[in-house]
Amino acid sequence: MKLEPLLIPLFALLASLALFGVFVALAGQRPLDVYFEMYRGAFGTWFSFQNTLQRACPLLLTALCTALPARAGLVVIGGEGAFVVGGLAAAAAGVALAGTPRGVILGGLFAAGAAAGALWIGLSGFLRARRGVNETISSLLLTYIGVALLNHFVEGPLRDPESLNKPSTRHIGEANMLGSIPGLDVHWGLAVGVLACIAAYVLMERTVFGFAAALVGGNTRAARLSGIGVASIVVTTCALGGAAAGVAGAFEVAAVHGRANASLAAGYGYTGVLVSFLARHNALAVIPVSIFLGGIAASGGLLQRVFGLPDATVSVLQGILFVVLIASDTLYGRIRWGAAKGAHA
Amino acid sequence: MTRREVSAHWPLRSVQRRWFLALTPCLLALSVSCSKKDEPAAGSSAATDAKPSVAPAGAGTLTVGFIYVGAKDDYGYNQAHHEGALAVSKLPGVKIREEEKVPETMDVQKTMESMINLDGAKLLFPTSFGYFDPHILKVAEKYPGVTFLHCGGLYQEGKHPKNVGSYFGYIDEAEYVAGIVAGGTTKTNKLGFVAAKPIPQVLRNINSYTLGARSVNSKVEVTVIFTGDWSMPIKEAEAANSLIAQGADVLTAHVDSPKVVIETAEKHGVFSTGYHASQANLAPKGYLTGAEWNWEKVYTAYIEQVKAGQTPEHLVRGGFSSGFVKLSPYGAAVSDAVKAKAEEAKAKLTAGTLVVYAGPMKDNAGKELIPAGTQHPQTDITLESMNYLVEGVKGKLD
Repeated sequence: MKLEPLLIPLFALLASLALFGVFVALAGQRPLDVYFEMYRGAFGTWFSFQNTLQRACPLLLTALCTALPARAGLVVIGGEGAFVVGGLAAAAAGVALAGTPRGVILGGLFAAGAAAGALWIGLSGFLRARRGVNETISSLLLTYIGVALLNHFVEGPLRDPESLNKPSTRHIGEANMLGSIPGLDVHWGLAVGVLACIAAYVLMERTVFGFAAALVGGNTRAARLSGIGVASIVVTTCALGGAAAGVAGAFEVAAVHGRANASLAAGYGYTGVLVSFLARHNALAVIPVSIFLGGIAASGGLLQRVFGLPDATVSVLQGILFVVLIASDTLYGRIRWGAAKGAHA
Repeated sequence: MTRREVSAHWPLRSVQRRWFLALTPCLLALSVSCSKKDEPAAGSSAATDAKPSVAPAGAGTLTVGFIYVGAKDDYGYNQAHHEGALAVSKLPGVKIREEEKVPETMDVQKTMESMINLDGAKLLFPTSFGYFDPHILKVAEKYPGVTFLHCGGLYQEGKHPKNVGSYFGYIDEAEYVAGIVAGGTTKTNKLGFVAAKPIPQVLRNINSYTLGARSVNSKVEVTVIFTGDWSMPIKEAEAANSLIAQGADVLTAHVDSPKVVIETAEKHGVFSTGYHASQANLAPKGYLTGAEWNWEKVYTAYIEQVKAGQTPEHLVRGGFSSGFVKLSPYGAAVSDAVKAKAEEAKAKLTAGTLVVYAGPMKDNAGKELIPAGTQHPQTDITLESMNYLVEGVKGKLD
């Protein structure tokens, strides 16, 4: 039985790649060549591997925005909104704290990003707990509001008057920005993302809070009867997830752009939803899945450049993966040979 | 620890489960056999172009990378660049690599580096305006042996790396002429303009279009609607419908892709003028003309410089006179009289004898912008921070 959680996703992965091979063949290319180029673009060289890790950074954190509330039985898909308002709040804080020491600026920036993200998804959780509003819909709709807020602030009150044709906030200062992890060409978001995933795993699997959340997710009425504060669990898991996505947005500001502008809404929040579902909402599994999807993103460019395949090719692969992996959920406990092998191992 | 809460979100009934179980091996077998069967067949056609391109570029071949923020067949900004890239690919000793839909984030930095490290690109054209700061600047510092040429005219001497250049076209010259065609063709004297954001580059196009239209028909009013984003097809369609309902009989747009606006106009039987690339085949009846980029000209010149071993020019700008911008061929609905007026203006703009921003000029609230006797020629830097709408434009900046 212990091998099942490894064997089934592996099987799903291979099945997806085979299906993707059919698609590639239909598009007039040789599947084996395409697999080889994907490997080269994602893991084949030291540069490629760092490229993959870099692309995994935001996904590690945005995936938690779906994974944490999922523990309490919620389907939150609004990570993009938390990401965007997190980035906006981070830039606003960074600019407001200009002139103070670097540590204060960065501390304030990340605190603001986390708080804004927590507030954003926490609001979804609150509406769910108090008003019975579906959190999937509310978090998605809040994303549109978040992006509109971002556009409003960078084009209005927070606009740097020098940003003529690309409205942006002021820069937090090149000297205040976060650099790369020593020895790697990847920013610190990777380390923070991995730590956050581990922390989320410990919280959900090894604490009373995590157990209570699982109980809420398993059977809300039973949880309520056991005296668990369902509303506070719902709001807290949402807020924690939102905070993670908000921090991801803050990293975009602190480590990449140095300011907030419309480029923040690049879809990392949505990819995070995919990561979380592929990881079956397990915070530890989010780490390899993020790296895997980062690799697909890193190699996607090469597919376009070498084979002339359209950008949508990567979306096709992601879509196939998503459907096959979700469908393979039905295999658990149903394959006799899997169970037998597991027992021997 | 084998928890199953998650699968509870995806309940499939047991019948469906068995069905799926039975199906999975079939699908797998099918997919494997398909991919095997297709390989030799696909190989014969694919091998010719796929195989050589996997190998590193031969000596003397210049690999040029093009990066687009949207789809390269978007009938707009990205297609204009893609058409330039296609022209470049026909030059001897030049190989191109293209990547589309690259966001203005770390992604574009990694795409540039990937083109340099994995494709051996020595010259890059990251075309979106938002790629420049910080992305191109960062990567350019890291790779001093590679040349980065960006569309937008943002290069500052002494401040930016030496291996970076920036180019842009005075496309509002073409908008002025398109305005003449629109103003000469309209029956209702109402033109509609769907615009993305009220930034200087967009305002300049709206104003030049309006000034062109009013130079031949002083009764013309241009109603502008800002959608707030570069690519938001639903809002663009709503804006187009609204403008038509208000009586506009010529529509144009400054968004990443004018496709939706042009198609909506054609569907309602009103005229349209295009932007970025030609949208003529989207609106065979109503397409009058359009302001197009001619990046082929710019790219070819740049590549000559790089191949000759020269440092490419850091800042390149031009309008009709240098061939950076062009007009779409006139549509069937454009009368000869209007064509003559348009051609006359185009000739004057090419010769530099016509200055679009010349006093006296008032904004649309009646405030004087440029006093009589003052002229702001095309290269005047003050035009680059334009923050007004001229008389004749219906719309407000907030």
